[in-house]
Amino acid sequence: MSGPRLRLGGISKAFGATRALLSVSLQVNAGEVHALVGENGAGKSTLLKILSGAQEPDQGVMELDGEAYRPSGPSDARERGVAMIYQEVTLAPHLSVRENILLGSESSRLGWIDAKRSRERAQGALAVLGYDHFPLERATSSFTIAEQQVIEIARALLLKPRVLIMDEPTSSLTKADTEKLFEVIARLKGQGVSIIYVSHFLEEFGRICDRYTVLKDGENVGTGTMQGATEDHLVSLMTGRQVEDLYPRVERRIGEPVLEASGLERAPRLGRTSFTLRNGEIFGLAGLIGAGRTDLVRAVFGLDRADSGEVAVFGRREDRPTPRKSWGQGLGFLSENRKEEGLMLNLSVRDNMTLTKLGSYGRMGWIDHGRQTAAARRWTQELAVKCANPGQPVGELSGGNQQKVALARLLEHPARILLLDEPTRGIDVGSKAQIYEIIGRLAAAGKSVVLVSSYLPELLGLCDTIGVMHRGELVAVRPRGEWSEPELLRFAVGKD
Amino acid sequence: MTPLLRAIVKKGGPFIGLILVIAIFSAPSETRGYFLTYHNFKIILTQSVIVTIGSLGMTLIIVSGAIDLSVGSVVALTGVSSALLLQHGWGAAATTLAAVALGGLIGLVNGTAVAGLRMPSFIITLGMLGIARGTAKWLADNQTVSYDTSPINQWMTTANPSGRALPAGVWVAIVLALATSLFLKKTVFGRHTFALGSNEAAARLCGVPTVRLQIMVFALAGCFFGLSGLFQLSRLRLGDPTVAVGLELDIIAAVIIGGASLSGGAGTVLGSVIGALIMAVLRNGSQQMGWPNYFQEIIIGVVIIAAVFLDRFRRGGKA
Repeated sequence: MSGPRLRLGGISKAFGATRALLSVSLQVNAGEVHALVGENGAGKSTLLKILSGAQEPDQGVMELDGEAYRPSGPSDARERGVAMIYQEVTLAPHLSVRENILLGSESSRLGWIDAKRSRERAQGALAVLGYDHFPLERATSSFTIAEQQVIEIARALLLKPRVLIMDEPTSSLTKADTEKLFEVIARLKGQGVSIIYVSHFLEEFGRICDRYTVLKDGENVGTGTMQGATEDHLVSLMTGRQVEDLYPRVERRIGEPVLEASGLERAPRLGRTSFTLRNGEIFGLAGLIGAGRTDLVRAVFGLDRADSGEVAVFGRREDRPTPRKSWGQGLGFLSENRKEEGLMLNLSVRDNMTLTKLGSYGRMGWIDHGRQTAAARRWTQELAVKCANPGQPVGELSGGNQQKVALARLLEHPARILLLDEPTRGIDVGSKAQIYEIIGRLAAAGKSVVLVSSYLPELLGLCDTIGVMHRGELVAVRPRGEWSEPELLRFAVGKD
Repeated sequence: MTPLLRAIVKKGGPFIGLILVIAIFSAPSETRGYFLTYHNFKIILTQSVIVTIGSLGMTLIIVSGAIDLSVGSVVALTGVSSALLLQHGWGAAATTLAAVALGGLIGLVNGTAVAGLRMPSFIITLGMLGIARGTAKWLADNQTVSYDTSPINQWMTTANPSGRALPAGVWVAIVLALATSLFLKKTVFGRHTFALGSNEAAARLCGVPTVRLQIMVFALAGCFFGLSGLFQLSRLRLGDPTVAVGLELDIIAAVIIGGASLSGGAGTVLGSVIGALIMAVLRNGSQQMGWPNYFQEIIIGVVIIAAVFLDRFRRGGKA
């Protein structure tokens, strides 16, 4: 075949006075994995929406295998061979795997589902991905997020796409599940499918991508082959500045124990676990998803009640912690689930930042709005939260800014021990760097942090001590200097 | 749009609707002479008291992310109970307190079942709808309960000789609306209620006592419903166990027309009160136009759907 599979030229798009894209071009060859790189707000989402038919460009040409490509909508785009896998799972949880894969393109006779043919088609799509024995009739809600993603990809493959767009597919996957996804991508690539790959994890591009295109402020700022392009090079293109080191190296003194968890246990995922956190220490928790890291910090904070064991905070023992008591003792918790548990999306930035201590902004249960607003304004400035005003609903902000609001709640409280569960999941590099800096600053000021992360460079870059969890147990705790990525991974998968 | 302009449109939405319905009924020759008179407004305000006070409680409940379907039955039960108390010689003040307390008690039961048993409020209050209605009929022995006259009977009358003064019920509704509005906006309890309705998991994470709060919201709302029952009694001047069937739907409609979200976390007292007024104006206007009852029902149905549709449209497609 001659010429590229997909060619975009001079694509421009504006929303009112806001220019989202200006004369953007993109070329993807057959069987190529193409990295689309950029910070939040750089125009990636708009470009993906245009590609998948959800929006129309104001200007520009799009060609698919040399023919004009102007989809009238997402379903038209799918039929022409451009399918998109969204960041968030879009399966119907009550329906079976087979029903989900065939949703919208069922095999039927006179309106009656053809069961045999349906099974064959669903099985065929899964087999392409290397999943030969998938239980087709089980409800999709009973599968892990990684498995649900496989189901979603299988659904996209049903229509034999020529271009597959993947928007941050690994943002909620563990390292091991990510590896499986990469195998799937390699298979698809081998079959000539072109893949446009969007991710915040820069190191993934080097692993699977052939070429890259970088967007900044809605314009092309660089394109080339992945070979020889370093992460630093991509970051400097994305941000327009040199990022010397994402991780702050601040001198800090580690002191007395402030949090001691002993024998915490909660069936089924958390076995008897003990650990000690010291003053000024950043304690990392590594491990696969489901290894019990989240269960451990939730039990410490009292979000889930432990079956047995106790927690001592600043020497005070508590065998039945609740979130309310924990805040009172100077603990703070940042949820891994920003939208479901972390924030009240339709409430204001102000209310979200100050909810844990509303009573303190006034007297006798009445709130002094002025003081509450002043507190919120201080943190929006200090953390550079991009919002119109503290009264803006937090759901209108970008992911990175939302996360800063969630973190500001702990700072405003102020928590002396911060339990942070995946604090940088799904946010852009710029916001990540800011959050790393805040965490470093907090520890230098004598606060203590437990950092749960699936992103190993982050743990190695930030923490003083790292513990690895495997199947509900803390299998190894060592100073950072004694760890490396392969070593962490080895313990995480249980090959010690 | 600037935030200020958006806030005006958002808050003004129901208000514009109210002006519109008033304008519509002021124009035709059948109503022109009378509709816009002070006396008629007094009647409209008085007619809206029961739904308005109920909508204050319902706003609390809907903002907290729950629903209460038992209001009509609770109104009947408190009305019948109050009539029985008056029959036994209780005074107006004591009877009023008892009605409020009974409503609060039923709310407490609803809330405890919802939060304590982790049951959907729809189910619990659907059950309470039957329980309260049955109890009302039982207490009243399936008849109306009459009593010697009481000052309570004067609280909803529009036929007072001085002509100008608004009946006590209207004043009570106004004062309670102002108080509830401030309470929701300015107190820790109020903001916690919004947080609970917006995202229960996040509220719990932030240390909001979600179970206790949900119970208190239902109990407080129950007090409002009890008071609605008392004003229903004041209007009828006898306790009727079959009164106010479906009242909860009028009240929910008022709250929804006022811009609250059934999924919780959004709603204003002002909006709900205007919603209640829109419905009262529609009823009053339709009567004066001589339109039959069924026609009023159809109009109100259309208005509910249109209000929610417009609200969604204003917010840019998000429900």
